[in-house]
Amino acid sequence: MQPITQIRSHCVVLAQPNIDTDQIIPARFLTTTTKSGLGKALFSEWRYLPDGAPNPGFVLNQPAAAGAEILVAGHNFGCGSSREHAPWALLDHGFRVVVSTAIADIFRNNSLKNGLLPVVVDPDVHGWLLEHPGAELTVDLEALCLTLPTGRAVSFSIEPFARHCLMHGLDELGYLQSRLPEIERYEATLPP
Amino acid sequence: MIERTMFEKVWTAHEVVPETAETPAVLYVDLHLIHEVTSPQAFAELAARSLPVRRPERTLATLDHSTPTQSDQIFGNVPIRLDAAARQVQMLERNAPAFGIELFGMRDARRGIVHVISPELGATQPGMTIVCGDSHTSTHGAFGALAFGIGSTEVGHVFATQCLLQRKPKTFAVDVAGRLPPGVTAKDLILAIIGRIGVSGGTGYVLEYRGAAIEALTMEERMTVCNMSIEAGARAGMIAPDETTFAYLKGRPRSPAGPAWDAALARWRALATDAGARFDASVAIDASRLEPMITYGTNPGMVLPITGSIPARSDDPVNDQALAYMGFKSGEHMLGKPIDVVFIGSCTNGRLEDLEAAARILRGRHVAPGVQLLIVPGSQQVKRAAEAAGLGEIFRSAGADWRESGCSMCLGMNGDTVGAGRYAVSTSNRNFEGRQGIGARTLLASPYTAAASAVAGRIADPRELL
Repeated sequence: MQPITQIRSHCVVLAQPNIDTDQIIPARFLTTTTKSGLGKALFSEWRYLPDGAPNPGFVLNQPAAAGAEILVAGHNFGCGSSREHAPWALLDHGFRVVVSTAIADIFRNNSLKNGLLPVVVDPDVHGWLLEHPGAELTVDLEALCLTLPTGRAVSFSIEPFARHCLMHGLDELGYLQSRLPEIERYEATLPP
Repeated sequence: MIERTMFEKVWTAHEVVPETAETPAVLYVDLHLIHEVTSPQAFAELAARSLPVRRPERTLATLDHSTPTQSDQIFGNVPIRLDAAARQVQMLERNAPAFGIELFGMRDARRGIVHVISPELGATQPGMTIVCGDSHTSTHGAFGALAFGIGSTEVGHVFATQCLLQRKPKTFAVDVAGRLPPGVTAKDLILAIIGRIGVSGGTGYVLEYRGAAIEALTMEERMTVCNMSIEAGARAGMIAPDETTFAYLKGRPRSPAGPAWDAALARWRALATDAGARFDASVAIDASRLEPMITYGTNPGMVLPITGSIPARSDDPVNDQALAYMGFKSGEHMLGKPIDVVFIGSCTNGRLEDLEAAARILRGRHVAPGVQLLIVPGSQQVKRAAEAAGLGEIFRSAGADWRESGCSMCLGMNGDTVGAGRYAVSTSNRNFEGRQGIGARTLLASPYTAAASAVAGRIADPRELL
């Protein structure tokens, strides 16, 4: 994985709360056996009309959304299933950061493992972001700081080990494997 | 002595390396359940790194999510109709033996929904850590196991190391006093709990359901409750093991036997939360005041008693969007609304007691004209037990479509879908937009309510038919 330090981009706003993983990527697209190519199915039900044409009313289809790497979403983003296809689809589409007031546990874990930054901010900052779609934001993983175009700097937290891995392009499996001696010692204590 | 919650006991017993400020805990996994949809990418990762599965004997594989429920596609010579689903099935049929993992294949008498078969085999046991690439892994917490869903990358971590990197969650006591009234089920209870704490109320927590109403539940009912913990945002929900748990487990194929049973019982009896242990959060609910519950919106927290009417929420665009999707208006009564489809099944309500509940309503009655009733057993074992008890005949006589086991219409991956704009009373766990197929409008309810609504052709109060 490429190391991540700072992401600078305009944002797209999907204000509604409780956007679940079935909205992010519906189950019928989970029959894939790879991680790639899921971006076109992202938010499929909202993004396309019944005939398959892009829905011009949906924010991701509007010209201002082009190239946006930061998604500002409503409270409790990513609730629902454990499908890692959700962060895969967001990343494949081009998003690298999701900002919300709360991000569901499994989705957050899955995002961190794939280089999609889950950034949780307070309702005040969130409210500002919801009112400023398209705002140019800077997300600094090293400084743990989100900077608004007004110059206001907002700190956020990311689980320290995941942050370390993301900043250095490491994957967590390597670390787990380095603990194999402890794992073997633990297994020796288990009842038969 | 420091009083500890059940969660803390199970967590501590599985810490290979405790967490620090810099690193999460390395947590040992006793049982890893896998299925065809979230495992292919994890197997590919193993292959790319030339790694074996570290503990294949702690891994169980089944086929459930994308598999057909029609007998001819399973037992006949009719190929699986969906090519992509057939590919996933073939991939797990190839990967499981290649990595030494036991697979309950398409025609295996033990196959079924992953969260139904592991308990019925006795593989799910108190005090265990259990994970699966599926959010409804919380089901297994009904046995006093710490069980939660993981993503495919983490499936790969467990394959390679039998461990996960985890931060310790907080604890949340859900105290349920009283006794469920007649016609009010475990499903109604968990829907009421989600309605109370909200769909993100449990985020960051492990729930522990406790109190007289929980102790009175059967194991299958406890599984229904724990199953939907994730719909409140909690990755796991747990219930202390007791005599009900031990009676359920005794004599099952993978349960300990002989002296190992006695040793296990001694360990299991020590798991319950110590008197005086502190939880980080709590909520109290009186079961005796509950009614059958039904959802009216597009998440499981948008739920009300079946005799209720849709709340008015002025200036709430989210509520407006949900009601527009559902084709409902504030103030309307739920009872009497016409429906098109009824789905009875899933890891929430696809076990034998759920089918018995449906049969109690359907016996001697028939599905209303124009309504499709799909009944999908949670496992092949549930199917055989239901047939042996005469339930299959009741379902067929009632005009139901009685299928083979699988996740089926809960998420519509296998082609079993509701149809755009149609209303489905469903015993499954999610009423998200499009969950049961494009444009499907889902109303979550108990097997009683689902069966009663199938007979009436409208949303119906099952208490009038019991």
